[in-house]
Amino acid sequence: MRIIVKCFAGCRDAVGATSVSVEFPAGTTVGEAFAGLIESYPALAGYERSVMLAVNREYADRQAVLEDGDELACIPPVSGGHAQR
Amino acid sequence: MYKITTDRIEPDALFEWSLKPHHGAVITFAGTVRDNTDGRRTLRLEYEAYAEMAEAKMQEVGDEIREKWGIEDVAMMHRVGTLEIGEISILISVAAPHRKNAFEACSYAIDRVKQIVPVWKKEIWADGEREWVERDS
Repeated sequence: MRIIVKCFAGCRDAVGATSVSVEFPAGTTVGEAFAGLIESYPALAGYERSVMLAVNREYADRQAVLEDGDELACIPPVSGGHAQR
Repeated sequence: MYKITTDRIEPDALFEWSLKPHHGAVITFAGTVRDNTDGRRTLRLEYEAYAEMAEAKMQEVGDEIREKWGIEDVAMMHRVGTLEIGEISILISVAAPHRKNAFEACSYAIDRVKQIVPVWKKEIWADGEREWVERDS
């Protein structure tokens, strides 16, 4: 199945593109897909712990199963402003 | 109104839109570009958003405010692109019959936006470095 992967901020820098189309086996979970992306784009490894993943514009569990045509977004920790210290 | 925009945001952009005759208070929060972080000088900021999701998540924050305080009139704009020092990156307006709830709701709004709305900023430091501001969630 074909998944549209969208990448933002540091994740986009790691992948080198805002959007890539990736082929995954049927039944691939969100977590497995991100692991697969790390294999293709090793610079993403630094985001493994902190990244949030969204499917079709909604935050998703890593156990969620993807479906053909889904939009998977890699969302680094968000910072609309500056975290107070 | 929940909008991601590339246009400059004026401080009063949401005032008329929020205000209705039964309101007694309009609270506006403007987040602005600061010229330093812990003393390190910033030249400017670059903001980026996952626009479609960001607008939906801002709306979700507005829905939460309606449930918690019964306040209907919330509006938010977030600017993306290159912003200079002193420019407004985010504007939130909360209008309500009485001020106390409106203050609380507005404070809640900016905290929630920072938690769930996918917008990022890149610091363009005066010393030449450029880096995404990322904090562990």
